[in-house]
Amino acid sequence: MSPTIGVIVFPGSNCEQDAVEAVKDLGAETQLLWHGSPEIGNVDGVIIPGGFAHGDYLRPGAIARFSPAMESIVDFAKKGGPVVGICNGFQVLTEVGLLPGALQKNIGLKFLCKTVTLKVVSTNSILTSQTQIGVDLKIPINHFEGNYTCSEDTLNELRNNDRILLTYEDNPNGSMGDIAGICNKERNVVGLMPHPERACHDLLGSTDGKPLLQSFLESANG
Amino acid sequence: MTEPLHRTLGLTDPELEKIIEILGREPNHLELAMYSVMWSEHCSYKSSRVHLKRLPTEGEHVLVGPGENAGVIDVGDDIAIAIRIESHNHPSYIEPYQGAATGVGGIIRDIFTMGARPIAIMDPLRFGPLEDARSKWVAEGVVSGISGYGNSVGVPNIGGETVFDQTYIGNPLVNVLCLGILPKDRLVLGQASGIGNLAVLLGATTGRDGIGGVSVLASAGFGDDEADADKRPSVQVGDPFEEKRLIECCLELLDAGLVVGIQDLGGAGLSCAASETASRGGVGMDFDVSAVPQRELGMHPYEIMTSESQERMLAIVTPDNLEQVTAISKKWEIRSSVVGKVTEGGLLRIMDGLNGTVLGEVPAISLHEDAPLYERPLAPPDDLELFQEDTAEQLPKPKDIGEDLVNLLSDLEWVTSQYDSQLFLNTVVGPGGDAAVLRLKDPISGRETGRGLAVTTDGNHRWCAINPRLGTAMSVAEAVLNLACVGAEPRALVNCLNFGNPENPTVMWQLSEAVDGMSEACREFDLPVVGGNVSLYNESQGTNIDPTPIVGVIGVIDNLDAPPPGQKWSEGDRLIVIGPEPEGLSGSAWAFEQGHRKGILRELNYDIHKKICEITRELVQKKLVTAVHDVSVGGIGVATAEMAIASGVGCSLARISSHEALFSESSSRVVLAINPDELTNVEEILTAAEVPKARIGLAHGDRFTIKGLLDLELQSMKNKWKSHLPTAFEGGTTQG
Amino acid sequence: MQYEACVEVRLREGIADPQGSTIENATPKLGFQGVSNVRVGKSIRFNLESDNEETARATVQELCDRFLTNPVIEDASITIQGAE
Repeated sequence: MSPTIGVIVFPGSNCEQDAVEAVKDLGAETQLLWHGSPEIGNVDGVIIPGGFAHGDYLRPGAIARFSPAMESIVDFAKKGGPVVGICNGFQVLTEVGLLPGALQKNIGLKFLCKTVTLKVVSTNSILTSQTQIGVDLKIPINHFEGNYTCSEDTLNELRNNDRILLTYEDNPNGSMGDIAGICNKERNVVGLMPHPERACHDLLGSTDGKPLLQSFLESANG
Repeated sequence: MTEPLHRTLGLTDPELEKIIEILGREPNHLELAMYSVMWSEHCSYKSSRVHLKRLPTEGEHVLVGPGENAGVIDVGDDIAIAIRIESHNHPSYIEPYQGAATGVGGIIRDIFTMGARPIAIMDPLRFGPLEDARSKWVAEGVVSGISGYGNSVGVPNIGGETVFDQTYIGNPLVNVLCLGILPKDRLVLGQASGIGNLAVLLGATTGRDGIGGVSVLASAGFGDDEADADKRPSVQVGDPFEEKRLIECCLELLDAGLVVGIQDLGGAGLSCAASETASRGGVGMDFDVSAVPQRELGMHPYEIMTSESQERMLAIVTPDNLEQVTAISKKWEIRSSVVGKVTEGGLLRIMDGLNGTVLGEVPAISLHEDAPLYERPLAPPDDLELFQEDTAEQLPKPKDIGEDLVNLLSDLEWVTSQYDSQLFLNTVVGPGGDAAVLRLKDPISGRETGRGLAVTTDGNHRWCAINPRLGTAMSVAEAVLNLACVGAEPRALVNCLNFGNPENPTVMWQLSEAVDGMSEACREFDLPVVGGNVSLYNESQGTNIDPTPIVGVIGVIDNLDAPPPGQKWSEGDRLIVIGPEPEGLSGSAWAFEQGHRKGILRELNYDIHKKICEITRELVQKKLVTAVHDVSVGGIGVATAEMAIASGVGCSLARISSHEALFSESSSRVVLAINPDELTNVEEILTAAEVPKARIGLAHGDRFTIKGLLDLELQSMKNKWKSHLPTAFEGGTTQG
Repeated sequence: MQYEACVEVRLREGIADPQGSTIENATPKLGFQGVSNVRVGKSIRFNLESDNEETARATVQELCDRFLTNPVIEDASITIQGAE
């Protein structure tokens, strides 16, 4: 049985079709979830894709977090449903409180689109279960506000509880602890700034995104 | 004594006479305002139309040629591609971020107004030298604006150019090309039809943005700083979020077949949209200014009709479909207002309420097709002969040839990494390649066709400064060769002609020569021109820019099962250059670095060039080369240096015997890197095709050496190449 | 009654501000000495219908806490005055 993945679409989202393409190629069914409707159907997992929801106005994700679909997704997550927030999606998850910390402007004050090397730091999550500690993944980043910030306490909590999943080998944006991706306490909600869906095809330069999305689909199935 | 109104609006006395003749009476303020923007240089091309008609526009793959919002070509599998290039030069000097941002917004609208989903942009840019503080400020702001708008609206930037030269001080060139994809049967034209149909205005509210933009900014050169500050209110401010919603809304309306015609609002705003849709459809329109949603209080009708507020579209809709159109617009949070009605007869009537007072009325076609046609005097420069005799080969040999070479190298990553180049998962080759390469997927099903699109932008002000005709032909030739380097066959060309003041006969001569060069090259390469843009008055303090015609050429790759070879050679590869011997230094980047901007160019041999393109394409398609790179700016020196830097592997070259041979930019040459196992096979193919060729060396090691000329450490070359722009720019900008 | 609110959103003490630092570093090059501690924020102005100033202030405070600021990295100072 292939899982059905819900991909939420806000006005201004633009990576939703890419996320759909990537998980479909890995055998999943998909359903686009319109932000304005609380109906998220019987999805097995949710992706909050990249883009510029509501133009990133006020703050990235600040307006999107209040949408009816997000309320249902928060419920889904609280019941243990697997949720991945990619880039703008990560920003939405921090704004809605499903993940700690915040994403600020890149330290270089420029938008940055490039392929970076990520290190897998924990395989204990819905995103990294099919990878290995210490493995390098070449995955593109594409953001202006990807600089992960949190309090000292939060950083310690993340470290002590194995909740940092992916770090940058060569920190491109100033993120605390070189953090590229984290999970919540229950390990079913993950946020990451890099775009795994952009690294799923030989023609596009890297397929290192596949094990991440495969881990996610596994958890959606299980 | 106050200036007569028509002159303050930018119209000449003879133009006023013509308007009086058309109307049979004196025009009122509103009517004058509409003529002033529609007949401005930027909108009407009055100085250039007489030359542009010499360009070839027919071709078997052309679905829509010049004259519509975008050119459209058939790329097979029932898929069509819309393509256009536009300029936003003058606003970008005044307010770089917004000037560039709204340039991106405008070109994207031209594409989705044809029913195509925008899938890529490219940005050929030109700025003054980075040592000039204002030029640096402009460059930072422009790149930031293209990045800010393009990334947010969700269209990847897959390539372009960034050139710095003193000729652009005071006159940056911001040209943006956009590609869109659509199923052939969703093609929609920008024309009104059906008497009684409604004109519906979609998108942002109308304010005073850009009032007089086309007439004030794009139709005059720049003077001193204070006067320029006055031009500041004329720059429009863009909202990419509004545009993104507008794209989704319009494509949904088009998919549902709810729209008879649709037109984007750009230069000259509502005057243009209303008159062009009516005029193209051979009908008239009653236009209600009171129904236009306004952002500011107390706007006069002439302000409403000439405002260049961004992110607006005009859709022609049957009354039956209005309810659905309103519902879909509401879903996307897009304002929709009925602002007009299609009428019989051809008059554009501007009214206060559809049953109210008529504030102005003109024949729609007169705004669009009766614009004056100037045959401005043209003459080559007086000193042309002396100019041509002063060739760059006469310059003394360089003191340090290695240093001269390294000074020509520059990594553009500082610019290109600010652009999302990957959205939509199509980009196989992005910024930095000889041409950009995209996967071609069906626009409805998303199914891969197994084929690809290749696009390149090219232009060379140095070649065109030396010889505008030949320089332009060489730019077209370079574009075709760039496509061959990725295995693509060219299908169509769009152009952006950036020139100085057309009231100067030398500038008109340059324009006419450039058109002739482009025309000749397009005919030789069987390349139809499907669209173009002209930007004149690129002049400041009386100095005109070097003629800078820019071309965008799109091609098709029949089999895209692997990325094209690219520029990275491997340790042990044999290096061959194919094409004629290099000749001449005039018009080269090296010569201009020495301050030498004169001379002559070598004629282009079309037979040889076509042969080189064919053979390059064949070798790439058959996967017989490890790496390939065409020789252009900086000559074979820069071409091989770039390949070495990309690979991290140096080379030992020979048979490049002088700085002239190293830096010459004469056309039709390609560097090939070939695996030793393939060498015999490749050389046999080249011999059989009678292609001039020469073995020039071996890829290996960590040094870049040319026997008898130079010996450099590769890492040190790479460091200088990499740090050139970051050192000049230092950081990001606080503009935006 | 109509009130005019001005919310000045600021980065909290201790949160890094690369924009502020960039501006601060640029000022000596423009000939200005002695500029320090540059912090960049944003100001949001709006009109608010409310029964009295106390209620208006409470409403604006709630708006800030729930929406206009991200409490992880931002706080705000609020000014309220009666509209003309």
